[in-house]
Amino acid sequence: MSIFAFPKLSLRFLPIWRRHWLVWKKIAAPSILGHLADPVIYMLGLGYGLGSLLPEMGGMSYMAFLAAGTVCYSTMNSASFEALYSGFARMHEQRTWEAILNTPVGLDDVVLSEILWAATKSLMSGTAVLVVIWVLGLSHSLMSLWMIPLALLIGLAFASIGLIMTALAPAYDFFMYYFTLVITPMMLLCGVFFPVTQLPESMQLVASLLPLTHAIDLARPLMNGEIPPQTLLHVGVLLAYTLVAFYVSLVLFRRRLSR
Amino acid sequence: MNPVIQAIGLQKSYGGHRVVDGLDLSIRKGECFGLLGPNGAGKTTTLRMLLGLIAPDAGSAMLLDLPVPQAAREARIRVGVVPQMDNLDPDFTVAENLLVYGRYFGMKDAEIEARIPSLLEFASLTNKRDAKVPTLSGGMKRRLTLARALVNDPDVIFLDEPTTGLDPQARHLIWQRLRALTQQGKTLLLTTHFMDEAERLCHRLAVMDNGKLISQGSPRELIEQNIEPQVVEVFGETSGQWASEHAAHYAQRFEVSGESVFCYVRDAQPLIAHLQAQSELRYLHRPANLEDVFLKLTGREMRE
Repeated sequence: MSIFAFPKLSLRFLPIWRRHWLVWKKIAAPSILGHLADPVIYMLGLGYGLGSLLPEMGGMSYMAFLAAGTVCYSTMNSASFEALYSGFARMHEQRTWEAILNTPVGLDDVVLSEILWAATKSLMSGTAVLVVIWVLGLSHSLMSLWMIPLALLIGLAFASIGLIMTALAPAYDFFMYYFTLVITPMMLLCGVFFPVTQLPESMQLVASLLPLTHAIDLARPLMNGEIPPQTLLHVGVLLAYTLVAFYVSLVLFRRRLSR
Repeated sequence: MNPVIQAIGLQKSYGGHRVVDGLDLSIRKGECFGLLGPNGAGKTTTLRMLLGLIAPDAGSAMLLDLPVPQAAREARIRVGVVPQMDNLDPDFTVAENLLVYGRYFGMKDAEIEARIPSLLEFASLTNKRDAKVPTLSGGMKRRLTLARALVNDPDVIFLDEPTTGLDPQARHLIWQRLRALTQQGKTLLLTTHFMDEAERLCHRLAVMDNGKLISQGSPRELIEQNIEPQVVEVFGETSGQWASEHAAHYAQRFEVSGESVFCYVRDAQPLIAHLQAQSELRYLHRPANLEDVFLKLTGREMRE
């Protein structure tokens, strides 16, 4: 079979997903805390601190502006960490993949399970932040429920992109490049803390190519109770990132593990 | 009856280096077959091709009457694997490891749960059922890995160096279990570089070096075909000098390794009579064994 073959997908990913779920259940408490602490502290600190200096941003209070961005970037982060660090541990350190591949489960199923599991982590962290936002009264609209499937979609996109790095990584250190050169710039350029329109035009162009921008363009209106303009475009971009990155990562994993 | 595992002209290269070079193999049902060879001989690559995990560059392989890698998924439903390095799930207990692994074979939870007590008993781990993997000793981990390979009640079991790194007690327990499996009619394919392990467990052996099979047969046959029946090892500071002057006269074949001289003979009596008169030399007389065959076939140089 060529490493470029079309992905062979099946329900055999399910027992692997259940394995990850069983591991997660054992560390659920610290894990949920980890999902919440960082984004909520950012949101409250900047929201109150900067928010008091700013009358409003994008037609809403700064805290409400930040809330949509926070759900998106925490969702991006949890999928990325899962796909890179935990994925690498399972592939390389613990040899979990090797054990699984000796059974009738194939590599395509294993990679699919990694993506779906990382997206599950996104779903959990996105929902956790969302609950805090509802409790704080930062979003009142039922439309904000759409944030839950959006968190899953963001998770799928960033899990797939992240797995490309995992497939290429010789060691954990390698992931520093990705976080420094990809994830942090996205957090700062894609509209989490301020509208992308504040950036010079060339940087706006760069931002418009990045997946987090499209996630936030969907999230902010939804949190505010509006239907996002150009919904199809944004969903399409996130889906395209997911599918292309899934295929690329699969090809790279096939190459890596065929030796 | 068709062989359970068959390879014809298997070939695999990595980066221009031929790791497996035209390998033919035929393993019968119920047999314990040992693949011997120094490090880097191509044993693990051979196993991976027979399991259908990697595709050969040339040649073909059948596993349980199914072509691999084409039908590897179907074949592996009836196969168990004990890998060279432990890859148990460290976050899980002993029983959870078995449960989660059984699911990969499409087994229902109830079906796996029903098998767990007998698997634990087989692995002598019944009282460790709820222990976490990191708290287990090396021997226990290996036994759990073996139990895990049996979760789907396989017909064929692949074992890649099953006792490497274990102490003698732990090795003997594993051997006993592997013998029990052959008695149940399972087919075992194992790699090892322990000759005593191969001699004790395997019905048939193949010695592999540089990607090729260089000899094949029962442990007894390998010894008879390849080497003189008696070995006299001669030690002492002057052994080298003694070898150059006398060894050829008494031994059909001899090898010098450091301060030891290995003399391979059909009749050891004349040599021993001669050695008894040499006060500065010590000697050890023993029957030839597999290790002698192995060293003869693959040489004494280090492989690293």
